[in-house]
Amino acid sequence: MVDATSPTAGRILEGPRGSKPKSRLSRRNIFLYGTLLLVSIYYLLPLYVMIVTSLKGMPEIRLGNIFAPPVEITFEPWVKAWAEACTGINCDGLSRGFGNSVKILIPSLILSISIASVNGYALANWRFKGSEVFFTILIIGAFIPYQTMLYPIVIILREIGLMGSLWGLVLVHTVFGMPILTLLFRNYFTSLPEELFKAARVDGAGFWGVYFRVMLPMSIPIFVVAMILQVTGIWNDFLFGVIYTKPETYPMTVQLNNIVNSVQGIKEYNVNMAATLLTGLVPLVIYFVSGKLFVRGIAAGAVKG
Amino acid sequence: MTLADTARVSDNPVRRPKQLFRNLSAKFASIPMILTALVVFVGGTAWTVAHSFTKSRLLPKWDFVGLDQYERLWNSNRWIISVENLLIYGVCSLVLTMVLGFTLAALLDRKIRFEGAFRTIFLYPFALSFIVTGLAWQWILNPDFGIQGVVRNMGWESFTFDPLNDPDIVIFGILIAGLWQGTGFVMVIMLAGLRGIDEDIWKAARVDGIGITKTYVRVIIPMMRPVFVTALVIIASGIIKLYDLVVAQTNGGPGIASEVPAKYVINYMFEAQNLAQGFAASTMMLLSVIIVLVPWAYLEFGGKKRG
Repeated sequence: MVDATSPTAGRILEGPRGSKPKSRLSRRNIFLYGTLLLVSIYYLLPLYVMIVTSLKGMPEIRLGNIFAPPVEITFEPWVKAWAEACTGINCDGLSRGFGNSVKILIPSLILSISIASVNGYALANWRFKGSEVFFTILIIGAFIPYQTMLYPIVIILREIGLMGSLWGLVLVHTVFGMPILTLLFRNYFTSLPEELFKAARVDGAGFWGVYFRVMLPMSIPIFVVAMILQVTGIWNDFLFGVIYTKPETYPMTVQLNNIVNSVQGIKEYNVNMAATLLTGLVPLVIYFVSGKLFVRGIAAGAVKG
Repeated sequence: MTLADTARVSDNPVRRPKQLFRNLSAKFASIPMILTALVVFVGGTAWTVAHSFTKSRLLPKWDFVGLDQYERLWNSNRWIISVENLLIYGVCSLVLTMVLGFTLAALLDRKIRFEGAFRTIFLYPFALSFIVTGLAWQWILNPDFGIQGVVRNMGWESFTFDPLNDPDIVIFGILIAGLWQGTGFVMVIMLAGLRGIDEDIWKAARVDGIGITKTYVRVIIPMMRPVFVTALVIIASGIIKLYDLVVAQTNGGPGIASEVPAKYVINYMFEAQNLAQGFAASTMMLLSVIIVLVPWAYLEFGGKKRG
């Protein structure tokens, strides 16, 4: 309880919600911080074990304890996971999956956010007959299990010649990202002062004029939130990747699962953990860098319009 | 989305004959949304439901067989196990994420130090994919090298903790990983709810001499009903999608002991070449969502509309 002994602790604890600070090391505080620390261990343990395992050699893993720090640090597993690990006949490591995921992510991001922001804008400021009906269907659609739409999408993609290609997956991500993103943008644009919209209209700006000159510059934060939401969502997707792409175009998550859960050969746990960490790195970096915006993104997803 | 703020609906309330061409840019811009809503969501779902009454195998065909697929589905041992697993996982995960999520949020709301650090720690797994989560826990629960191995090496030779290879408890092994990934998210929602509660409530409770725990149970939780309902709906709709985690952690094993409905659907549609069986299973998933959501939507939106 290092924190409870510092001079500021008393002042902070005096907030209107807490009970009176009886003593700095009160039973309540020990319980409070003790519980939080214990829970923190449960949350941090897997990350710690993954990092430690990925830095050990296989002999050390076989003999030692998974919780023990590495005696001899080696980056071999990371190199192997990135460049040499095998899936089926390809032995060029996770780098291929990483490349595919990037190639899927960037167009999906641009396409889904531009479409959803314009949709949200139309729904907030340019309602037309039936627009709310379509929007309601869209939101209800977000609750339909994907499984009931998987096969019809296969047919659609086959008809337009995109089945198995990266662009097919981009389209799928755009479609399934639409409900939440449209809701996000619609709510944001509705919350902007109406006078802004009216003033721009009086000045003669049309649908696109208002969007590009007034709405877009004012909504950079919500675009960032949408981007965070989509980057983590698309990067972490497994289901659509495994169904709508071929082995050559598998995204990183699918390739990772194939590497780790392959039944052939000796299991190299250190390489597996390095590969797992590599796949988790992008969303983790986004998470730690974006901080509050990430929380805002998921809260926006949670709070209904 | 229900309380239509009519303020911004078109500039002219009088209907003119050229209705279709008014607001043309907005309609044009909404084409992707309309297509998604009608073709993929409504059309796709209807197509799947309709084809679940056929005997399509490799390719979808229109040969109507009534409820045969459903009969076969409910006679399938694998489907029954899948549904049981989802029920166990669902109930445990729902109760535990709510209880743990709220408890953590309440602890963090006690004006503690390092709140930001704790929140970051509890939420980071939510940024990771189910595949990463599943593989990490598969390693920790590995019988030879994981927790069981470590404890045995310390001298307790008979210690047994091998959930991923024990058909009776494998679903709880998956639950541990699922809770790890998802509780932080519920905590954030709960924390937002707690922050929305007026400070005066706490003052009043203190003046009345009501204890902290009692205040939470009697006053705060009832006040946070909408937050709980929102969290419940989100968790429930996430549970039914349970798929990646199982694929990564156990791939349905040992045997078929950790199969789940979403995996059944995908295996039948894309691997076993038995489309209609997959369609029937996915229709059952849809049905269960409807059973959960319709009462909620009715209570949540039905009342307000009239009010």
